[in-house]
Amino acid sequence: MGKTAKFDVLIIGAGPAGIAAAMAASEPGKCVGLVDENSAPGGQIYRALKGQIQNSISSQIKTLDDRGVIRFDGATVYDAPRPNTLSITKGGEFQTLEYEKLILAVGARELFLPFPGWTLPNVMGVGGLQALVKAGLDVKGKRIVVAGTGPLLLAVGDFLKKYGAEVLAIAEQAPIVNLLRFSTNLLSFSSKIGQGISLIGSVGTKIRPGTWVASASGTRALNSVILSNGKTTQELECDYLACAYGFVPNLELPLLLGCAVEDGFVQVDSTQQTSVQNVYCAGEPTGIGGIDLSTLEGTIAGYFANQNDCPTLVLKARDRWKLFSKKLDATFALRTELKELASPDTVVCRCEDVRMSQLVGWESSRAAKLQTRCGMGACQGRICGPATRFLLNWEHGTVRPPLIPVPLAGLETRTSAVIEQPEN
Amino acid sequence: MGQNFDAIVVGGGIVGCACAYFLSRDLKRVLLIERGPIGGGSTAAGMGHVVVMDDSPAQFALTNYSQQLWMELYPQLNHACEPRMTGTMWVAADEEEFSHVEGKRDFYVKNGLPAEVLDTKSLEEAEPSLRKGLPGGLRIPQDSVIYPMAAAQWLLGQAQLRGCTVMLGQSVTKAKNGEATLQDGTVLSARYIVNSAGDHASSLTPEIKIEPRKGHLIITDRYPGYVNHQLVELGYLKSAHEMSQESVAFNAQPRATGQILLGSSRQFVGWNDEIDRALIAKMVKRAEEYLPSISQLSVIRTWVGFRATTSNKLPLIGFLPSDPKMLVAAGHEGLGITTSVATGMLIADLVAGRPSKIDRSPFAPTSGVAA
Repeated sequence: MGKTAKFDVLIIGAGPAGIAAAMAASEPGKCVGLVDENSAPGGQIYRALKGQIQNSISSQIKTLDDRGVIRFDGATVYDAPRPNTLSITKGGEFQTLEYEKLILAVGARELFLPFPGWTLPNVMGVGGLQALVKAGLDVKGKRIVVAGTGPLLLAVGDFLKKYGAEVLAIAEQAPIVNLLRFSTNLLSFSSKIGQGISLIGSVGTKIRPGTWVASASGTRALNSVILSNGKTTQELECDYLACAYGFVPNLELPLLLGCAVEDGFVQVDSTQQTSVQNVYCAGEPTGIGGIDLSTLEGTIAGYFANQNDCPTLVLKARDRWKLFSKKLDATFALRTELKELASPDTVVCRCEDVRMSQLVGWESSRAAKLQTRCGMGACQGRICGPATRFLLNWEHGTVRPPLIPVPLAGLETRTSAVIEQPEN
Repeated sequence: MGQNFDAIVVGGGIVGCACAYFLSRDLKRVLLIERGPIGGGSTAAGMGHVVVMDDSPAQFALTNYSQQLWMELYPQLNHACEPRMTGTMWVAADEEEFSHVEGKRDFYVKNGLPAEVLDTKSLEEAEPSLRKGLPGGLRIPQDSVIYPMAAAQWLLGQAQLRGCTVMLGQSVTKAKNGEATLQDGTVLSARYIVNSAGDHASSLTPEIKIEPRKGHLIITDRYPGYVNHQLVELGYLKSAHEMSQESVAFNAQPRATGQILLGSSRQFVGWNDEIDRALIAKMVKRAEEYLPSISQLSVIRTWVGFRATTSNKLPLIGFLPSDPKMLVAAGHEGLGITTSVATGMLIADLVAGRPSKIDRSPFAPTSGVAA
């Protein structure tokens, strides 16, 4: 049996924030761990073909490996059974990891809003479809509608085109005035300009501002979608619909640990420390800001968790990117029409098959949940939770272990860790 | 002085809802007050096992009567209540436990309830997931399972159809001599007040002694057919009865969804609502002794709740000796889902001055106060 390892710094999530945190926190003599549920580091942003590491981060990952950072790829955190301890599951095995300092770089997921037909096969998320294509789904010659909101729509539209798909339309719910204002704002964030111009050159003609998917239909799978701008509608026959309304942070682990959350985001101080001492948070859970802000926050968390000061330049850059994040929020704020898309018989909670009509008329979200079991299924409200918060102003539900379904045997795990103490 | 009610029911758990259900058959102006969601307290942590228990004559009479009342209601319940005649399978872990099974069967049969002793082979056939070679079990086919929160809501909904009103989001801070004071200072008056505040009943009526007894529940993903009956170890009563600091017993229920709901634990730890991982581990270990493959099933959630526990293990149902306008319907420990409807009926009988189908005296609040 291995020894219990106590990490000086344990980082959850190996996307931009987590990798940056590991780079800043790792040094000889320090025991740093990096946990990610995917089979290779990179997160959603640097997702490569299956099991591989994307070129743009391979040198950083090599550096981390050289510094003795212990990676737990394909490992998911499912509980926090004791103070300073997390339970992870990896390849059917269960382990506990102890830490002095914890950095939560747990990222975000796509927001799905229910509309008639949203549960049909071949209706998926925007990042979701992109991930499937990276995993090998062939979209050559397929007619695809991309819809929802946010800069990702353009990026994925361009990506799908490069993989041979026919992108019929990019339905962006934000009104054109917001988009124009946003593009002027981009001028002060030089790194984004080139990216924006190239994306608009590629798929710009497909963009339809102020437009959203009113419904999708098909018998066995998706056949067509109806786009609406509030005045007119248009039906488009298509093979795939990639639709997501931006991102919502993954709050389950921060909430389980007791981190304060306000207005849907984890509260942090200037060092990225949460309301729980020795627990830091970086990236999307503190505010949706994209890769640049995530990287900066990860760096800052890494420095402070390793009890080093962070260069002022980095702190200032973070604060500047926070403004960008605010502009993103304002530009892509969700229009109220989206609250009316679900019809009374539209399924809202797919796990428990709860329809919209069942969810209205209760005096509180807890009452509705107790009566309908909305959000109590296998995904524990990961999908319908953010949707009901937007549609019905429900509050975030209580987080109860396990964070993901694990075999009951995982709950029995009492003694910690089967990992070897690193040699240095 | 607020409105005059015939009866105010304080607490909208399943017991309070059942009180409102039966009181509203006799009385016009019934009000139920609940500070949280209906069925959001102990009810939400109840398994929903409607079971006849033979541990004491009083408990048997109450559970048996209540089960009969439930069976009369079942055809009327809405879909959300999910009533299902799963039956209970009392499982013997060893020959010693099995030696008591026949006596237990005879008791049920003598009292008019079907009961069947299963040997090793027939137990294996009835419940293939159980460990092979167990000595046998006792099947009580009339026991059933319901979804407690929906059942509470249904009972209250029926009461509302008869004119009962409901006040949500308000708590009652004081209740005495037919006056209920709300948190905002409003005083409501009534001919009768029923304290059905469950595990919080003592804070409203300090002279009754009800303590919270914490329990943990585990629910799995969907595995239809993994178990067919509500499976309970024969040693369950021992665990329920020992007023020790902590006890664990095997109790597995097939939900209508195909999920397995796994109990049970009992702890006196005050109102500490943290998930006790060590205790959860004990529950899983205990379940594995009966269902060896259960540790392979995916668990999706664990949670805790508090049972309203009296010192004599019987609920308090009746008038408070010191206040002729005050009734108590609380302290149902782990049997509140089963005994809610009989409790409601007894309360309505008391208010109407009618005799009841069963002897009420074992539940009179005096006995609870004296203990």
